[in-house]
Amino acid sequence: MRIAVCIKQVPDSESRLKIDVAGTWIEEEDLTYVINESDEYALEEALRIAEATDGEVVVFSLGPERVREALRKALALGGARALHLNDPAFFGGDSSSTGRALAAAIACEEFDLVMTGSQSDDVGYGSTGSIVAGILGWPHAWLVMGVEIEAGGTSAKVTREMESGLNEVFRIQLPAVLEIQAGINKPRYASLKGIMQAKRKEIAPVDLAALDLSPAQVGAMGAKIEVLEIAFPQRGEGAQILEGDPADVAALLVEKLQKEARIL
Amino acid sequence: MSNAIWIVLQQRDGQLHKMSFEAIRAGQDLADATGGQAYAVLVGSGLTETTSQLLGLDLAGVLVADAEGLEDYTPGGYISVLRPAIAEAQPQYVVFPHTYQTVDYAPSLAQALDAAMIPETTGFAVGDEGVEWNRPVLGGKLESRVRAKPDQQILVSVQSGSFAGDEVKKGSTPMEPVEIDTASVDPDREILGVEEAADEEVDLTQSEFIVAVGRGIGDPEKIVILEDLAKALGAELGASRPVIDSGWLPRDRQIGSSGQTVTPKLYLAAGISGAIQHLVGMKGSQVIVAINKDPGAPIFNVAHYGIVGDLHEIVPAITSAVIEAKGG
Repeated sequence: MRIAVCIKQVPDSESRLKIDVAGTWIEEEDLTYVINESDEYALEEALRIAEATDGEVVVFSLGPERVREALRKALALGGARALHLNDPAFFGGDSSSTGRALAAAIACEEFDLVMTGSQSDDVGYGSTGSIVAGILGWPHAWLVMGVEIEAGGTSAKVTREMESGLNEVFRIQLPAVLEIQAGINKPRYASLKGIMQAKRKEIAPVDLAALDLSPAQVGAMGAKIEVLEIAFPQRGEGAQILEGDPADVAALLVEKLQKEARIL
Repeated sequence: MSNAIWIVLQQRDGQLHKMSFEAIRAGQDLADATGGQAYAVLVGSGLTETTSQLLGLDLAGVLVADAEGLEDYTPGGYISVLRPAIAEAQPQYVVFPHTYQTVDYAPSLAQALDAAMIPETTGFAVGDEGVEWNRPVLGGKLESRVRAKPDQQILVSVQSGSFAGDEVKKGSTPMEPVEIDTASVDPDREILGVEEAADEEVDLTQSEFIVAVGRGIGDPEKIVILEDLAKALGAELGASRPVIDSGWLPRDRQIGSSGQTVTPKLYLAAGISGAIQHLVGMKGSQVIVAINKDPGAPIFNVAHYGIVGDLHEIVPAITSAVIEAKGG
């Protein structure tokens, strides 16, 4: 099967965050970037299906120059080649305009399946895969915890997470977009051989002119939602912060739990 | 567009999801703030009983799409009845509970309607140029305020715990449910069944003391320091999602929206930053202690006691202090 995988590069969850001058996003300098967690699982799932069906995985990502690093890593893990939607016209969008650009790039080739993570760890709309599916006219499933390709690739048995520890199992017709939940598999590490091979694999830049779209359909202009402000959340009453070296602070905590909270 | 606000409730086997009531309250507040009229919308099969649960609430009406093909939820089935109904009635806002089901189909519905979709909102305020919505970003470390561009229909989902589902406004208007046309129901999944996500079942909901470990532990071999503390406290061990996904603890130890919801006397969270999906599963605990190296971690917003520092040093120290306090 030929599988398109969409990945997003996001700030490392351990990063210390600073709000940017415009007050609508974070200061991007000095940040460490990684592949979005659920996208890593989506890539792994796609690689497994491609390996089992003698297929290939093509990786897509939208974002500035730094995104090449994420794509290079995806190629080291086993992607055959990559497309980098790198044009300022694409940037600053929401799920609807980002999904539109990705779908247009995906539609330039023939794929049996599109896989992506269920949600980005930065903005977290969880909608981009749905938008891609809608534009391609394919069914989709969000929060996928299991995929079994059936009937020579015409359908898939999908396990989807529900609330409160239950999974739902159903059959979906292919081609489809599957938005993968973290934890579905155990992502591999890149091998030295894979890293060496990735250096020779193609990362093709894609700009607006290459897609059959107008500037008003993509990026910030094509977005349906605008961000007015970003801020650190207001603390409620907040925690009583205990300070001291580990032994002191531990003793203080136990005392508080005994005498103040009265639960020990 | 009309001044109607549709609140699409979630039900399963006729049972209303708890967050459906939070969505009702959000819709009622939105109606008050914008001079709108709130309607509840139910989609499913055999909903007469379910509809009667809405009697006596402060709503302008109830709309029901009741058909056999809607017995099991499928995005195609739901969208095939909701899209034409919304396109005809043109409600300004459509409110959903922010559940895994909503995120599965509401963005596609918004796309089919060419409407804006704002997921996971935690509150709103009426601004000069329309309603402004709050929603968490970057794992809850920051909050953004967003607005749909002008002249759009807006679909919005409301995050768990953001609106008081137990304080839904009551009213006295008698309501005759209005039927939504279901002639074109078009399910796009063949439902095969429902299964338990975890193999074995550790029930954390009955535990009085829980020690929970997060990504900050860094190394699965270090989880033993939390096990020691749990033993000293007589507590059960729980975990946040990344620990489970990494395979460091079995899935039946997971606390949060896709795991268990717990309300122990003591919840001690070590190395858990506090993404909202985790917080919804533990914020009802009587006393919450958080240990995290990042003073900006959102877990400190819900904790009663916080310690900023390295859990690898602090947790063993607490274990010793607990053992000592219990008389060695």
